[in-house]
Amino acid sequence: MNDIKVKVKDLSLRYGTNLALKNISMDIPEKKVTAFIGPSGCGKSTFLRTLNRMNDLIDNVTIDGEVYIDDINIYDKNIDVVNLRKKVGMIFQKSNPFAKSVYDNIAFGPRINGISQKSVLDEIVEHSLKQAAIWDEVKDRLFNSALSLSGGQQQRICIARSLAVNPEIILMDEPASALDPISTAKIEELIHELKLEYTIIIVTHNMQQAARTSDLTALFYMGDLVEMNRTEVIFSNPAKKQTEDYISGRFG
Amino acid sequence: MNRNIKDTIVEGITGVSVLLIIFIIVSILAVTIVGGWPNLNWAFLSEFPKDGMTKGGIFPAIVGTAVMTIIMAVAAVPFGVITAIYLAEYANEKSIIARTIRFAVKTLAVVPSIIFGLFGLGFFIGFIGKNMDGLLNGGELRWGQPNILWASFTMALLTLPVVIVSVEEAIRTIPREMREASLALGATKWQTIRKVVLPGSVSGILTGTILAVSRGAGEVAPILFTGAAYFLSDLPHSLSDQFMSLGYHIYIMSTQSSNVDATLPIQFATTLVLLLLTFSLNAIAVILRYRIRKKAK
Repeated sequence: MNDIKVKVKDLSLRYGTNLALKNISMDIPEKKVTAFIGPSGCGKSTFLRTLNRMNDLIDNVTIDGEVYIDDINIYDKNIDVVNLRKKVGMIFQKSNPFAKSVYDNIAFGPRINGISQKSVLDEIVEHSLKQAAIWDEVKDRLFNSALSLSGGQQQRICIARSLAVNPEIILMDEPASALDPISTAKIEELIHELKLEYTIIIVTHNMQQAARTSDLTALFYMGDLVEMNRTEVIFSNPAKKQTEDYISGRFG
Repeated sequence: MNRNIKDTIVEGITGVSVLLIIFIIVSILAVTIVGGWPNLNWAFLSEFPKDGMTKGGIFPAIVGTAVMTIIMAVAAVPFGVITAIYLAEYANEKSIIARTIRFAVKTLAVVPSIIFGLFGLGFFIGFIGKNMDGLLNGGELRWGQPNILWASFTMALLTLPVVIVSVEEAIRTIPREMREASLALGATKWQTIRKVVLPGSVSGILTGTILAVSRGAGEVAPILFTGAAYFLSDLPHSLSDQFMSLGYHIYIMSTQSSNVDATLPIQFATTLVLLLLTFSLNAIAVILRYRIRKKAK
């Protein structure tokens, strides 16, 4: 199989005393799409947010275990979280463009990295928007507010914005759950194209979406990793009864 | 007693209270407008007082109030914004420091304004000013006496809670998703505050500033000992000069004048100017705040 990009070892997470993730271990391959599925509150989003240390922002969270990205433990004391997050981009459930122009949204990341030369920024903006398959729709209104776009367009702006800082991994937290079917299809199409260059990890409620977009699927339930395997195996011949019950809609 | 009668009584009492308040406000406005409006003209706004302050205009008091509130805002706004950023972004809600600051801000907001005046006199004039004179002027009196700088600083302390509360409220309306978006792109916390949180809080900072200015423009007690003058034949030229102010002008006209009756038209017109000034500033602040709240939803 492919190279392992992310290796998680015995990861547990507590909110106060409440154990939200229990000893999760998994390997996530490079330049593939890995989907996390499971019922609400199963820990899949929490787990996703441990991979770019977004949970650091929440008070009262304690994390045990290790997460290796390219063989470096991101929970090591001397890890620079800012650099980690440049390498591991994130797309949120609710599209969250800044109240700025399309151009300034995309240029935000490069600018905080100290790029100020206009020609360089222009190039990054165009390239990122093309990668996110939204260039043709916004090229004539780069300086209009990103908030004037439709929900689906906003989400692709957010994807372009995260591509502009050259990440290696992109975390997507239910990126299409607030979108209509046509916008959802566009996002899924985009995921197919992006996996040629990026390692993509997607949390989704929608099992068809997991089946359509991912190479691997992991099922979470009550903070446990129930089963992880190639997507076609999970959906056709799961090893555990619980997985079969979930994907056939008997619980969740 | 019959339940219906009780209801009627309660409704009556609340209604009368509301009417009373409306009556008070309308009376103040009516008396001020009726007394002040006929005397309000360009000459009144642009001339110095004349004839032992029984005639002429209030130009130096308008300028003094304006300059004092500008210096006050320049001192209070950055200080207040920084404190608000700390409270909203950095402080752990339960930490002793955060709770102490919150307690201090609340206490500062209820301290009688005359106390600020006394504090300004003791601290800025008696301590800082005296020491500045000792170090800079070889003991010659320049900063160790009331002036527009110390009065403005004293007023800044008084208005600081207004700024802090408004700005903190505005900062807290920036949704968590916006901060997360920025942090997820590899922005540091400070970059996130500077490029996402503060630009989104501009109207809150503006509201706080305007509320502070409108409060500061009308207060008299804090500047009583720290820089306001009875009468000056000239405008202040340096920060160590005294100044005239609208609120103080009304006070001295009505209590210290040799001929109070003769100054009555001036008092009314000055009051009207001050009311118009503070009402319009407050109206702007209300509109801005309404916009922020609408945006937050």
